[in-house]
Amino acid sequence: MKILKPAKAGTLESSDIYITVYPNDGEGINIKLESIVMKQFGSQIKKVITETLGELDVENVDVVAVDKGALDCTIKARVEAAVRRSSL
Amino acid sequence: MNKLRRTMLFIPGDNPGMIQNADVFGADSVIIDLEDAVGATEKDSSRLLVRNALMNLDLGIVETVVRINGMDTEEGVEDINALLLAKPDGIMVPKATEEYIKIVHEIIKETDIILFPIIEGAYSLETVTDIIRASDRIKGVLFGAEDFTADMGIKRTKEGSEIFYARNRIATVCKAFGVDAIDTPFTDTNDEKGLEKDTLVGKSLGMTGKAAINPRQIEIINGVYSPTKEEIDEAMKIINAAEKAAEEGKGVISLDGKMIDAPIISRAEKVVEIAKQADLI
Amino acid sequence: MKNSIGREIPEHIENYGTPKLYEGPFENIIEATRKQPVFNCVKPGEEKVLESIREAIEKSGLKDGMTISFHHHLRNGDKVMNLVMEEIVKLGIRNLTVAASSIFPVNQPLVKYMGEGIVTGICANYMSGPVADAVSEGKLKYPAIMHTHGGRARAIESGDLHIDVAFIASPAADSYGNINGVEGPSACGTLGYAVPDAMYADKTVAVTDNIVEYPACPIDISQEYIDYIVKIDSIGDPKGIVSGTTQVTKNPIDLKIAKMTAEIIENSGLLKDGFSFQTGAGGTSLAVAAFVKEKMKEQNIKGSFAAGGITRFLVEMLEEGLFKSLFDVQCFDMYSIESYGKNMRHQAMSASMYGNPHNKGAVVNNLDVMILGATEVDMDFNVNVTTSSNGNIMGGSGGHSDTAAGSKLAIVVTKLIKGRLPIIVDDVTTVTTPGETVDIIVTERGIAINPRRKDLIEKLGDTKLPIYTIEELKEMAESFSGIPESLEFEDEIVGVVEYRDGTVIDVIRKVIN
Repeated sequence: MKILKPAKAGTLESSDIYITVYPNDGEGINIKLESIVMKQFGSQIKKVITETLGELDVENVDVVAVDKGALDCTIKARVEAAVRRSSL
Repeated sequence: MNKLRRTMLFIPGDNPGMIQNADVFGADSVIIDLEDAVGATEKDSSRLLVRNALMNLDLGIVETVVRINGMDTEEGVEDINALLLAKPDGIMVPKATEEYIKIVHEIIKETDIILFPIIEGAYSLETVTDIIRASDRIKGVLFGAEDFTADMGIKRTKEGSEIFYARNRIATVCKAFGVDAIDTPFTDTNDEKGLEKDTLVGKSLGMTGKAAINPRQIEIINGVYSPTKEEIDEAMKIINAAEKAAEEGKGVISLDGKMIDAPIISRAEKVVEIAKQADLI
Repeated sequence: MKNSIGREIPEHIENYGTPKLYEGPFENIIEATRKQPVFNCVKPGEEKVLESIREAIEKSGLKDGMTISFHHHLRNGDKVMNLVMEEIVKLGIRNLTVAASSIFPVNQPLVKYMGEGIVTGICANYMSGPVADAVSEGKLKYPAIMHTHGGRARAIESGDLHIDVAFIASPAADSYGNINGVEGPSACGTLGYAVPDAMYADKTVAVTDNIVEYPACPIDISQEYIDYIVKIDSIGDPKGIVSGTTQVTKNPIDLKIAKMTAEIIENSGLLKDGFSFQTGAGGTSLAVAAFVKEKMKEQNIKGSFAAGGITRFLVEMLEEGLFKSLFDVQCFDMYSIESYGKNMRHQAMSASMYGNPHNKGAVVNNLDVMILGATEVDMDFNVNVTTSSNGNIMGGSGGHSDTAAGSKLAIVVTKLIKGRLPIIVDDVTTVTTPGETVDIIVTERGIAINPRRKDLIEKLGDTKLPIYTIEELKEMAESFSGIPESLEFEDEIVGVVEYRDGTVIDVIRKVIN
C-alpha cells in the first residue's frame, strides 16, 4: 500500500497508541516512538510497527507513535487503520 | 442446557483497555460494541482493533459477542467479514429483521458463530417469531428499549410500564423457541436500587438475563438471576428425593409430606444446573 | 556479598560504610539501646522565641557537615524545608545531610543545593519528584539512605542517625515550645513522624505561623524537647497539605481486587471482635475498607483499632462504633484532623510507637490485617515500592515493611498489569519489603498465597477465590503484556535501602538511560 497523505489512528488513552503516518520520498520506513514503557518494550513496539507495515506492503513512510502501554494486537490495529486511511 | 447468560456486558469497541480486560468483570458474556459506542469516523479502526484483540488475546471463559453495525449500512457487512477471521462466539445484529438475519446467517454458516438479534422496533417485535425462525444459530434475543420506545414515539420511563408488553412478548416467544430472552439495559449506572428493581421486573416476566452497560451493574444482575442458597438447597432436596424414589422403585415421590411431580423436578434440575454454571455449588 | 534474600550488596559502600547485611525480618529484634541525648537546659526566665529562622540557625550552632531534619506532615504543601535551606545557603553552611521523613515535589530546591555541594546526603522514608529523580541520576554526593517509618525512628533513637538540628514545622506552638498540629491555617493533624526528631536531636527549632497563648492545648510535642520557636508568615499551603478527598475507587478492576481482598480477610479467621486493620489512602485500599466495613456491619463485628495514616473513611468507622480506637501517625484530610482534635478515641502515635522494631513493641505488632500496594512483586514475594519501572527512585517503604512484618496477614493488592508492565516479575528492581513478611498477592485475575503460609492455603482452599501460584500469575500477565526487557544499571550506588532493623536489604544503582 502507498502512503498518499498524512493519516492517524488511535488515541492517547491508557492501553492505546496514537499512530500518525506521513508520506515520504522513497526514504524507507522511519519510526519516531514515544512510550511510557520505552525501556521495557520500546524495541518490541518498533518491531510490531515494522512488521505490520511489511504485511501491508508499505515501503516508504514516516511513522510517529505515541504509546500509552498498548498491547501488540492494539499496535497492529492502529498501524493498519492509519495506513488504510492514508491510502484512500 | 444452554450456556448461562445472566449478564451480557457492553464494552466499547474502540477502547483497548476495556477490551483486554473483558473477562475480569464477572459477566457471563461480553458484547463488544462496534455500533453505538463507536463514532462514525472510528468504525474502521475499531473493527481492526476488535478483530485483532479476539485473534490474539486469551479472554478466558467469557463468551465474546460482537455487536456489528446495522445490516442496512456498509459498515455492517464489513464488520461481519472482519469477524469471520476473528471468530467471536457470537454476533449481535442490531435492528433485526427476518431478512437481515437470513443475510447474516448465509455469511456465517460455515463457522460456529451464534447469533443474537436485537429487537428494537415495533415491526421487529411483532415479527420476532419469524426472526428467530430465520436462523438456527440464534441463541438469544436482546430487547433494546431505548430505540423501541423511540420507534413507538412513547416516553421511556424508569419504572418501565411502557415496555411491559414488549418484555412480555419477547420472553414468551423466546421461551417457545428455547432461546434466551435478554432484557434491556438499565441506563442509570449510579442507581443500584433502581437496577435491582428493574432486573426483578424483567425476571418476573420471564426474561432470562439482562444486558449491562457498566461493569458495576454485573453483580446485582447476576444476583437477581442466580438461585438463592435456599432455592439451591431446596432443589437438591427434591432431586435427592426423586433419585431415592427411583432407586426404591416408587412411582409417587414425596418430600416433607408433599407430593412432587415432574415439573417440580425439572425446575429443581434447572436450578441446580444454573447454580453449577454460576459456580455457586 | 549476598544478603539472606540473595541481593548483591558490596562489602563496602563508598560514603556509607560497611553495610550490615539483612538476615531476616526478625533476626535482629533481640536487644537494643537508646542513645543518651546531650542538650542545653533552659533556666527560669529564659526566652525561647527568636526573631527569624536565620537567628535560630545561628543559635543552634549548625556547621558544615552536620545533619538537619524535617518531618513531612505538611506533605506537598510544606514551606519550612525550603525556607530553612534558603537561610542556610545565605549563611554559607555546606556539606549537610538532610534527614527528612519524606521528600515531595515541593522540595525541588534541594536539587540545586545538591549540585552546589550544600546538601551532600539525604535520608528519607519516601521520595518522589525532582529530588528523587536527581538522586537516581547520581547528583547527590553520598548515596541516599532509604528508611522505613519505623526504621527511621529506630535509627534516630539508637544514634545511627544523629540529628544535629531538627526543624519542626508546627501548625500551632506556644511561646515555650508546646506544639500541636490541629490548629491554625496549616493544620495537619497528628505529628507522629516528628516525635523522634524532637526527642533525640541536639537542637530543636519549632517553626510556626501560629503562636498560641501558653499553654497550647492539646500538646503533641511538649516544651521539654524544644529549644527555640520561630514565627514566620506561613509554614504551609493547605492545598498541598491535605490530599483532597480520598474516595473509594469506581474503577471496576480495582473494585474487583478490593472485593476479593475483603473475601480473603473474611475467610482468614481474623475478621471477628477485636479485629485490627490498616490500609493506605489509595482508592483500592479504601474500597477494601468499604467492603470490610460492610462485612463488619452484617456480622455485627466490633473491631479493636485501625492504624496508620488516617482518612475520613476510617474516622467514620470509628464514629459508627466499628473500631474502638484509631492509632493515627498522620491525618490525610480535614475530617480526620478535626476528629483528632475532638475525639479522645482518635489517638496519636509516634513513628516509633507505630513501627520501630527496637522498642518494647510497636503498634504494627498488634495489627491483624495490613493492605499494601506494590510496584513489583517477585517469585519470592519480595515487594518493590521504592523504584519505578524506569529504575528511578519513586517512593519508598514508608510503613510498608513495618506493617508487613508486624501484621498477622499482609495483603498486597495490585493490578496484574499496569500500562503494559507486568507487576509480577522474576526479579524486582529493588527489594523494599522482604517476601518473608508478605502473605498474599491479590490481582484482578487471581491471587497467589505465599507458600510459607500453609495455614492460609488451607483456609482459602475451600473458597471460590481464583488461587494460583505466583509463577502462574506471572505467566498470565506476560501472556498479555509480552516479556519486558530488563533495565540496565551502572555499578554506581545512588541509594541504600535499609530494612527497619538497620540492615541493608538492597542497594539502588544508577540506571543506564
